[in-house]
Amino acid sequence: MSKILIRGAKVLGGEPQDVLIDGQTIAEVGAGLSAEGAEVVEAGGKVLLPGLVDLHTHLREPGREDSETVLTGTRAAASGGYTAVFAMANTFPVADTAGVVEQVWRLGREHGYCDVQPVGAVTVGLEGRKLAELGAMHESAAGVTVFSDDGKCVDDAVIMRRALEYVKAFGGVVAQHAQEPRLTEGAQMNEGVVSAELGLGGWPAVAEESIIARDVLLAEHVGSRVHICHLSTAGSVEIVRWAKSRGIDVTAEVTPHHLLLTDELVRTYNPVYKVNPPLRTERDVLALREALADGTIDIVATDHAPHPHEDKDCEWAAAAMGMVGLETALSVVQETMVETGLLDWAGVADRMSSKPAKIGRAAGHGRPVSAGEPANLTLVDTAYRGSVDPAGFASRSRNTPYEGRELPGRVTHTWLRGKATLVDGKLT
Amino acid sequence: MQRHLISAADLTRDDAVLILDTAEEMARVADRPIKKLPTLRGRTIVNLFFEDSTRTRISFEAAEKRLSADVINFSAKGSSVSKGESLKDTAQTLEAMGVDAVVIRHGASGAPYRLANSGWIDAAVINAGDGTHQHPTQALLDAFTMRRRLVGRDAGLGQDLDGKRITIVGDILHGRVARSNVDLLHTLGAEVTLVAPPTLLPVGVETWPCEVSYDLDSTLPKSDAVMMLRVQRERMNAAFFPTEREYSRRYGLDGDRMARMPEHAIVMHPGPMVRGMEITAEVADSERCTAIEQVANGVSIRMAVLYLLLGGNEPAVSHPRNTEEK
Repeated sequence: MSKILIRGAKVLGGEPQDVLIDGQTIAEVGAGLSAEGAEVVEAGGKVLLPGLVDLHTHLREPGREDSETVLTGTRAAASGGYTAVFAMANTFPVADTAGVVEQVWRLGREHGYCDVQPVGAVTVGLEGRKLAELGAMHESAAGVTVFSDDGKCVDDAVIMRRALEYVKAFGGVVAQHAQEPRLTEGAQMNEGVVSAELGLGGWPAVAEESIIARDVLLAEHVGSRVHICHLSTAGSVEIVRWAKSRGIDVTAEVTPHHLLLTDELVRTYNPVYKVNPPLRTERDVLALREALADGTIDIVATDHAPHPHEDKDCEWAAAAMGMVGLETALSVVQETMVETGLLDWAGVADRMSSKPAKIGRAAGHGRPVSAGEPANLTLVDTAYRGSVDPAGFASRSRNTPYEGRELPGRVTHTWLRGKATLVDGKLT
Repeated sequence: MQRHLISAADLTRDDAVLILDTAEEMARVADRPIKKLPTLRGRTIVNLFFEDSTRTRISFEAAEKRLSADVINFSAKGSSVSKGESLKDTAQTLEAMGVDAVVIRHGASGAPYRLANSGWIDAAVINAGDGTHQHPTQALLDAFTMRRRLVGRDAGLGQDLDGKRITIVGDILHGRVARSNVDLLHTLGAEVTLVAPPTLLPVGVETWPCEVSYDLDSTLPKSDAVMMLRVQRERMNAAFFPTEREYSRRYGLDGDRMARMPEHAIVMHPGPMVRGMEITAEVADSERCTAIEQVANGVSIRMAVLYLLLGGNEPAVSHPRNTEEK
């Protein structure tokens, strides 16, 4: 394989350096590097990060190929600077057997845009009653370590306890979608001042917080680790902070949209803002940013949730929940965390690459940008500002809440084990 | 006036007073032997009802016909909607047939707003009730009824409801009538108090421009009008209150409670009434109850709204002050 010399890149936002890729590996990092016959990429002060890792992506294949496929989803991921994504289990059929997770894993490998690490369902059919064959999924070629019924909450306390205990045998982790089902029957948006006015069914913060509180206590009791998906309220932050202070092995993620958007947007009744968990209040947004900065929330995960146009071009109650996010995540994090001074680029690399790789045990991802490491890299033009145009998305779906919004930053290059998947903003 | 009527909160004080005044003119038509005006001749209005509501639909239909509009009634049941056709396709299909206005009743909050603001159609949109959001013509007819009774039919012209004390009792949480009334009555200068068990009040109600009380008895003596809202019996199955009898004892209006209201005060109900639940027969059938009057006023209000949204600048009625009965 050939050599690539990235010249003048601010590694993790530091002083400009050169990075030499040889084959699948970073050969050298330093000043004034040269390499004969190497393809030269002039970084010109762009920021170089380890390839991003998304612990929470919906690729929709198998079953809903009208909204996304492994191919289109991984192309969207490469566009957004990702080199690994964890594909959620709520497909048709559900990824609750070794056969389904291996199929998804293989498709990712074959397409070669981004490593696809399937997430296995915790329970058969996501129904919350009977444990799926977690061990078989772990031992399959896909090597599943993250298990989640995402989209549904494992609400039965006994099933949750057993799952937490069972996956300890092979270092797995249960990622909980925290939503108490009875408290959210008919829920359409965050319960509060805006829902009262709009007459939309309320989704109380306590429905999320009560499950998180229960699950961190369960994790403590059985000595397991637990991961909280898309944490969205200030109260949830307080519970996770308390749990960590007690030494409970809990990690948590926040989505880009919960770092930026509030339930005020629902006043438009435009279902592009309909998402699970719902957009919350300004107070929650600020608490989430602060928690991501101080490490209470470990990572940013996109919850990239593609939906076909007709599922959003309708009245609010009839619309599907979810937003695409892979191609805008880094820009939103730059806007909400970097430009506000809450995180530097090393912090971004930590929250969007190293930590998610560590939680999901994604070997070869989230590694330091240094000699001998796998060449999974992302080059970001942080000086860029532009408005979001969904027509340019690689994703098959366009359900972004940011259409027309000006956001900073643009990923120009992505390398997956030394192979360029994105060059000058164009997929290879 | 705006092009659509989606929410009572969109109306300014002057808009609302203009509608009430126009409705008084329309009411005079109902007193004539021939209850018809040529104002909307040649205009087509569709009543697009995704939810059953016989009384609201008939009220709009009567208003449209009195203004000589061509009326199409579209009920979602048994139509292509039940076969999965979207709101967008239904609306565009109707518009392609040359509809000037859509009166829409929909079970989903915000459906009329989406119809008016998504670029799907050009026709004027009138909200005839959406989910648990708004029912602006109901609020207007309630305000019209209050102004007539509490200020006076002629004395009320040009006036709002400044300082009138209005109490609204019942299921505020699931009710679009309460939301619309709070918005409009506040705009018109009235002082509104909501009375309900805490379970039937939405989280966030504390930010509304009104008072909230859990105690009906202490509120009644300070009320110029008491509006009783329907409470569906099935709510008790979801633990909103323990039993029908307990609800009725704590929040129902009976003869004894009515006696505690000031002498001039009226009892209102948007219908349909659940007799024996939120209101006893004695109260419902009393002189002070305006339920039937509200129905009649509904037609006048809807005529006024349709005229103002569709009729342009021509006078609604051959003007009573100079060219009456031309």
